[in-house]
Amino acid sequence: MNIIVVGVSHKTAPVELRELLAIPVSRIGEALKRLVVYPSVKEGMFLATCNRVEVYAVVDDVDRGVSAVQEFLVHTHLAVSEEMLLPHLYRYVDDRAIAHLFRVAASLDSMVIGEPQILGQVKTAFELSLLHRASGVILNKVVRKALSVGKGVRTQTRIAEFAVSVSSAAVELAKKVFSNLHEKTVLLVGAGEMGKIAAQHLIRNGVRQVLLTTRNLHRAHALAERFHGKAIPFGELRSALVRADIVLCATGAPHYVIEREDVERAIRQRMNRPVFLIDITVPRNIDPAVKEIDNAFLFDIDDLENHVGHNQEERRREATKAEALIQQEVETISSWLRSLEATPTIVALKKRGDEIKQAELEKALGRLGPLTERERRTIESLATGIVNKLLHGSLVTLKTEAQSHNGLLFIEAARRFFDLPDDLQESSELSGQADPATSQHMTADEVPQNVEDEPLPAEFWMKPGDPAC
Amino acid sequence: MADILYRMTLVLYFFGTVLFLIYLLRRTETVSRTASFVTGTGFLAHTAALIGRIVGLGSFPLLTFQDAVSLFAWLLLLVMFGAILFKSLHVLGAFILPLAFLALVSAIVTPVEQPNLPPVFHAVWIHVTLSVLGTVGFAVAFVAGIMYLIQDRLLKSKRFNVLYFKLPPLDFLDMLNHRSILLGFPFLTLGILTGALSAQMTSGSYLSWNSEQIWALITWIFYFVVLLGRVTAGWRAKKAALLTIVGFAGVVLTFVGVLLKNPGSLSQ
Repeated sequence: MNIIVVGVSHKTAPVELRELLAIPVSRIGEALKRLVVYPSVKEGMFLATCNRVEVYAVVDDVDRGVSAVQEFLVHTHLAVSEEMLLPHLYRYVDDRAIAHLFRVAASLDSMVIGEPQILGQVKTAFELSLLHRASGVILNKVVRKALSVGKGVRTQTRIAEFAVSVSSAAVELAKKVFSNLHEKTVLLVGAGEMGKIAAQHLIRNGVRQVLLTTRNLHRAHALAERFHGKAIPFGELRSALVRADIVLCATGAPHYVIEREDVERAIRQRMNRPVFLIDITVPRNIDPAVKEIDNAFLFDIDDLENHVGHNQEERRREATKAEALIQQEVETISSWLRSLEATPTIVALKKRGDEIKQAELEKALGRLGPLTERERRTIESLATGIVNKLLHGSLVTLKTEAQSHNGLLFIEAARRFFDLPDDLQESSELSGQADPATSQHMTADEVPQNVEDEPLPAEFWMKPGDPAC
Repeated sequence: MADILYRMTLVLYFFGTVLFLIYLLRRTETVSRTASFVTGTGFLAHTAALIGRIVGLGSFPLLTFQDAVSLFAWLLLLVMFGAILFKSLHVLGAFILPLAFLALVSAIVTPVEQPNLPPVFHAVWIHVTLSVLGTVGFAVAFVAGIMYLIQDRLLKSKRFNVLYFKLPPLDFLDMLNHRSILLGFPFLTLGILTGALSAQMTSGSYLSWNSEQIWALITWIFYFVVLLGRVTAGWRAKKAALLTIVGFAGVVLTFVGVLLKNPGSLSQ
């Protein structure tokens, strides 16, 4: 048995191709059914997001499995031809496939490292796979592990801590000036898109008082309604500056709207209370000389992007820590996978029988005292006989069923019945405990819920009818 | 015994200082726990030493310059641990602990002189305690001022380094600065009044214009103006931070004045 992944991502394929490869959620079930119909494909999962389209599969032969999945991808999408697709595909096998899934779930492979959506997207893909019975013993275990690794990376490293969008960087900077945004007043100047997004971010982070002004008062009123703020005539911009702790400037004007003198006067009237100004437009709307004023903190688009770049650097630094974590988990899972082979299980089972026999024999012989050679041999052959007879049926079943469709189930069951360690070298944490994900079929409700502790923004979830995201 | 405890305190504070400075410049948060633990152990030794001194003397042990500085450092650390426990402000340790450590070292290098005072002077401890409490307030304000200026500079120059991430927001530092002065000021006022009373009892006059008294008065007027300026002229934020740093120089000079006037003992 091998685990493979075949797919494209933002790193290998342009968005035009990724768009074509996406499948609407409503059709994923049907697609999954067609995937597992290929004789070499035993289990499958289809992961489609804005930035990647991947098929994870458990196959009994790598080459046949990979070509089956490739064929599947081409056949599922009428608009895609083999020549278009093949040059962009990547294919990973076994450890590398598992590591890839773990990295994807931990959002190390994402366009924005550390973004929170991907974990939910992997979970949804897994649920769909379970729902349509395409996932089995191996994928259940591996994907479930991927979800917990993804969550572990988020909690154990600071990968998600640094703001990596311009508007969240603005919020992060504002929080270095003001400890509590609740009491602060934000003044939005102009109706530029970036300004609105930044204002929304600030409101989500606690700002309650919003003042708005645009040259067109009508428009200001419309914006005021949207942000539950207060519209101010553009002529009163200077007096509004006195009240504002945070100023967001995003007008389309080709000149400075806020001059150095305006800010100087405002700060004087504010009795030196600091002002945080953000100029998100090009050409700039706030005189850069404002930066020289004490207690005025002006950031333009370059400063914010510089901050974002710096934070991305921080995230990459955290990502290297995550890689080590993932490597460890991949090893755990691979040793479990190796244990699912028939031969080592048979060997382990025989060994277990032998151990029990020896232990019991020693106990009995010790209690009986001195025996003749013949008596001794009789007792020994009695013990051997019982153990062999008892194991015989199981061993024969294992040998025959290991080749069947449900072979893995039998092996896993045998290992559990006889309490065999997962790895032949070391017994790992997986052996003793009952593991719900290793049962063949779970319903979507039984999917481990632990990844949901971290609320994911609803708008980022895959929606029915929304193929890509 | 007290000597060994003091030495232990110094050694542990030294390592605590080093660890807190490492914490300040490193990305990881892990060092902060070790730093707090080492410093905390030092603090226990320090507490034991202070108690030992009280038991040894049979009275509140604030007769020598060393005692006053020791109490000053102990109170600073109390504030620091409060900030760490209740506000998770480990970064404060990197600024307060070096100050406390330097104060203790400076007390050690000054000559020790066992005071031999008539019973009436034992009331001097009230004056000293009040002055020390005032000084603690100004020291915290000083530290907040320094942190403010660093963060202000980092934000202005757009240098988003480790320090930038670890330092608290500007308005918090400004508030800490203001409240510390607000708390320290009444204590300094009472300290000066009790000092004048004790001077009257010893030399017959409230004011003898020695360097200690002069600097104490200058300091008092300075902080009074700072507090007044915030309300009337908006001396807050960067200006307040600068002023408190200057003001603390006055506090330090008062201490130097104490030593110049009479090495080794206080307010005679």
